Amino acid sequence: MSKLLEVQDLHTRFHTTEGVVRAVDGISYDVSEGETVAIVGESGCGKSVGAMSILRLIPKPPGEIVEGSRILFAGEDLLSMDDDRIRHIRGGQISMVFQEPMTSLNPVLTIGLQLTETMMLHLGLDQAAADRRAIELLEMVGIGEAERRLRQYPHHFSGGMRQRVMIALALSCRPRLIIADEPTTALDVTIQAQILELMRTLTHQMGVALIIITHNLGVVARYAERVIVMYAGKIVETGTAEQIYHRPRHPYTIGLLKSVPRMDMARGKRLQPIEGQPPDLTRLGEGCPYRPRCAWAEDRCERSTPALENVGEGQIAACFNHRALADKESLAV
Amino acid sequence: MYQYILKRVLLMIPTLIGAAVLVFFLLRLLPGDVCEVRLAGSGLYASQEDIDICRKNLGLDDPLHEQFIDFVGGYFTGDLGTSMWTGQPVVDEIRVRFKLTLQLAIMSTLVAVMIAVPLGILSAIKQNTWVDYLVRAFSIVGIGIPSFWLGIMVILGLLVVSQALFGVGWMPPINYVSPFDDLWGNLTQLIWPALATGYRYSAVATRMTRSAMLEVLREDYVRTARAKGLRERVVVNRHAFKNALLPVVTIIAIEFAFLMGGLVVTEQVFNLNGLGKLFVDAIGNQDFALTQHLVMLVVLIFVVTNLVVDLLYAWLDPRIRYS
Repeated sequence: MSKLLEVQDLHTRFHTTEGVVRAVDGISYDVSEGETVAIVGESGCGKSVGAMSILRLIPKPPGEIVEGSRILFAGEDLLSMDDDRIRHIRGGQISMVFQEPMTSLNPVLTIGLQLTETMMLHLGLDQAAADRRAIELLEMVGIGEAERRLRQYPHHFSGGMRQRVMIALALSCRPRLIIADEPTTALDVTIQAQILELMRTLTHQMGVALIIITHNLGVVARYAERVIVMYAGKIVETGTAEQIYHRPRHPYTIGLLKSVPRMDMARGKRLQPIEGQPPDLTRLGEGCPYRPRCAWAEDRCERSTPALENVGEGQIAACFNHRALADKESLAV
Repeated sequence: MYQYILKRVLLMIPTLIGAAVLVFFLLRLLPGDVCEVRLAGSGLYASQEDIDICRKNLGLDDPLHEQFIDFVGGYFTGDLGTSMWTGQPVVDEIRVRFKLTLQLAIMSTLVAVMIAVPLGILSAIKQNTWVDYLVRAFSIVGIGIPSFWLGIMVILGLLVVSQALFGVGWMPPINYVSPFDDLWGNLTQLIWPALATGYRYSAVATRMTRSAMLEVLREDYVRTARAKGLRERVVVNRHAFKNALLPVVTIIAIEFAFLMGGLVVTEQVFNLNGLGKLFVDAIGNQDFALTQHLVMLVVLIFVVTNLVVDLLYAWLDPRIRYS
């Protein structure tokens, strides 16, 4: 499979009164055509900022994508192209589904207008054709009485329904990549599964690549082919979903896995939270950023930052102790 | 919806009755009356007898409840009585001035909107740049300048500029021209006070537009609109501005209602015979009959403006539906 998206050494910073926040601090990864990749991490680890940087949606100021970062989409650098070109990509080639379905749709415009304006812009459809396609799209994402629904406003829809609309919107211009930023976090648990299932089915059908950003490793298990674990603005581990689940090589990934309930866990067994707080991104010094919370931290972790290294079969982790971790079978939960 | 409007219209009645009671009794709490003002004000000796006769003629010695019924009853019979000072029918006194003030208030409001909306949006989009600072300074100056001074400067400026350009000094015509007789003449006369007033009243609306836009531009749906690849112009005008309109509409409507009753200084400077001047004269003369009806007119304008604003809300924001 050819590479669709290549993120190379992306740095995104925010200039605040507290100092410079290094929200994304040198991440590189790529996404192949039609592939589903999950980016996992705690709140504030830079996963959303990293995703927004792809479409240059970081408000500037205070945000800044640092010179030298490159994001290639189908070979073209998104960061250096002019505004007209990036607008063409936004919504047309790469579309987004946001976390908050309740606020991500414009309350004073009809669903129909919000769907059709994008298609008229990117696909060059006229109003009638755009309306027809909007109805098809709504039916595709499981919204009945689509024709009537088009004339309604977002407040007539429930949270789950709005997220379906957002998905219809994201798919409307036949994009090659969809970035879903915590698409189910704000929804009821029962709805979450429906929405994820819907996204998986539709993206597979259409061969669209998907980046799912989430803090829920449970989501990742079922839906992603590859997983990227982020901590404090950096990638700490990547691998296939299988690898990440069954033999994680970074203490943070292990911590995340232990903090999620699992069906195969013994009854009455307590979940193990990761103690402490993520570090202050304005004051990142030398050393591994996870060190203060890590059970395996050693002196060398304080002196220098572990680089990402290959830990086998394409799995990559940034930990000095990855071999020791690999030996301890039990650690992998 | 129609039921809501009907309900609101009916609710106006207690408001208007309350206002009528208040203005009626407050006026009569003032020391003196129109007869004392007229007879004593002429500088001649006025005997108590003369004053009594005058009061009797004007009905001022009738019991209060009868006077009140006279005043309010006028709205049902359609006879609002005559001015106690000029003896002219109140309706005639108000009608001419009302047209002028209404036109001036509409023009001033239009000027204010045309200044406030684009500048407010611009200021919000360019937040914390020199454009923003410039707009904010411009609107602060608008609040700061006294309107009589601005009016005089406008007239002086016109004189100086026309003198320099054409060699002949020009200033707006002194005598009122009706727009139905001579639209151009009317506009050349009224555009200047409208500009002066509109500028002043744009200040608050500009700041309101700016802050409402700043708030809306941070909303998730604006981010969605950008993520869809829409042009910035479409994002701002279609997706953001419509959401920012509610507070702006409110401010502008209140200002409009306010202008209908309070253009005293501007009218004075530009020598316009409007409601503001009539108001001041009527109160100065203790012309109860005229003052009462003028106050009721302004109250009515405020009440109706409020209703119109509420209906505009429903039109602008589909989440607001009155039933």
